[in-house]
Amino acid sequence: MADLFQELKFRDPGRARALSQAIHREVKAVGRVPIPLMHVCGSHEQAIARFGLRAVLPRELEVIMGPGCPVCITDTPEVDEAVALAADGKVVCTYGDMLRLPGASRSLADVQAEGGRVEVVYSVAQAVEIAARNPEAEVVFFASGFETTAVATAAVVLSGLPPNLSILSAHKYVPAAMEVVAELKETNIQGFIAAGHAATITGWGIFEPFVRKTGTPVVVAGFEPLDVLAAILKCVELVRAGKAEVANCYPRCVTREGNRPAQEKLWKVFRVADGVWRGIASVPRGNLELRDSFASHNARHRFRIDIARVGGQEKNLLAEKCLCGLIMSGLKTPRDCELFGKECRPESPVGACMVSSEGACKIWHLYGGLPDLREVGT
Amino acid sequence: MCLGVPGKVLSVDGDGLSARVDFFGVVKELRLDIVDQPVQPGDYVLNHVGFAIRRIPPEEVQETLALFDTILKEAAQGDLMAADVRAEMAAGRDVPGGRGRG
Repeated sequence: MADLFQELKFRDPGRARALSQAIHREVKAVGRVPIPLMHVCGSHEQAIARFGLRAVLPRELEVIMGPGCPVCITDTPEVDEAVALAADGKVVCTYGDMLRLPGASRSLADVQAEGGRVEVVYSVAQAVEIAARNPEAEVVFFASGFETTAVATAAVVLSGLPPNLSILSAHKYVPAAMEVVAELKETNIQGFIAAGHAATITGWGIFEPFVRKTGTPVVVAGFEPLDVLAAILKCVELVRAGKAEVANCYPRCVTREGNRPAQEKLWKVFRVADGVWRGIASVPRGNLELRDSFASHNARHRFRIDIARVGGQEKNLLAEKCLCGLIMSGLKTPRDCELFGKECRPESPVGACMVSSEGACKIWHLYGGLPDLREVGT
Repeated sequence: MCLGVPGKVLSVDGDGLSARVDFFGVVKELRLDIVDQPVQPGDYVLNHVGFAIRRIPPEEVQETLALFDTILKEAAQGDLMAADVRAEMAAGRDVPGGRGRG
């Protein structure tokens, strides 16, 4: 039989094997099954699926992707706001995955096909350049992403925006959603794996109140396959020991206090507000909104946005079968969805999780087979 | 989108607001508004959406680069992680001759 640890192309197969064996031992020592752990980062799911990590974990250990895809959790009315602005002649700039995210009846890609000006950017700084080059146009940056990405928007706002550029914020704050998911009885999450690069900004200390409140351990993890395994091991150890604490398994990039200058800029520009996340429903303190001092550059203040005009009339029968919401809450996996890989595919996505490169469905679809090699008997 | 990409600082502009950074042979200009520590040529930084968000401690650079090396070198067509890494590179500002040695 082929050696799984060689097959999976670990940088250090010996270390991977040792980590896997330790995880098996710890899971056995916990003595109750299953043990559901949740991570909240699309890049973690990419690494887990791409490198086939679930194949070296015990069956009893479930590593579930939660609300870790900022594009996916952007709510339908937020997309409709961007669609309405683009349909109204504004130049809408946004990150690539947002283009095909479905609104009530249309996506930005649809408006673009109808002649609307929608520009894909890789950085908010590129939206600033577009605004500066088109002084006669009203340019709107439809801003998505968690706190890691929101700091870039904040930096640009603080360095002074062109007068014709405004921000439509769909930025979200991850720790708030973790609280919502942690309280779901159905998932019974025993430990969280937190995203390393979000914690690079916020610091791991931000999870201390969460751990105190929920009694659930949090382990900050990097993205290298061995980093992910090490974090999973640490998380199971904490579960076994019954310790509700924060562990930092990504000291290369994460400190307790995080990136202070970035946090100062983030909170100078944004404040948390109660929000609705697609699929998760209401998330108290889950949205990042521009503070009033920047109202003149807040698209929601600057324009009257009428989303009723772009709302859906007819029922979308396919969308009603979509399980994205349950998948993002960790209650279902893409394989539970009857549309997955059939009506819903990357080239014709029905739900948000098949649109974004960080969505669980697109990741599982493109790394097909790898997400759970245990099922095919390696 | 949160993966970021590490690169080596080639130069820092006069006012310290931006730097030219080499990402596996592609040279781009990054903004330094939100980096956690001052950077100088030779340092490695993590780039997210065109901004350096962290100066990577020198003793940990190799380990950080390894993952990205693997992703970029072994990526099949349409690989999601490789596409995300390339998008992070594309987020930097173009500089003349920025394709560098890649």
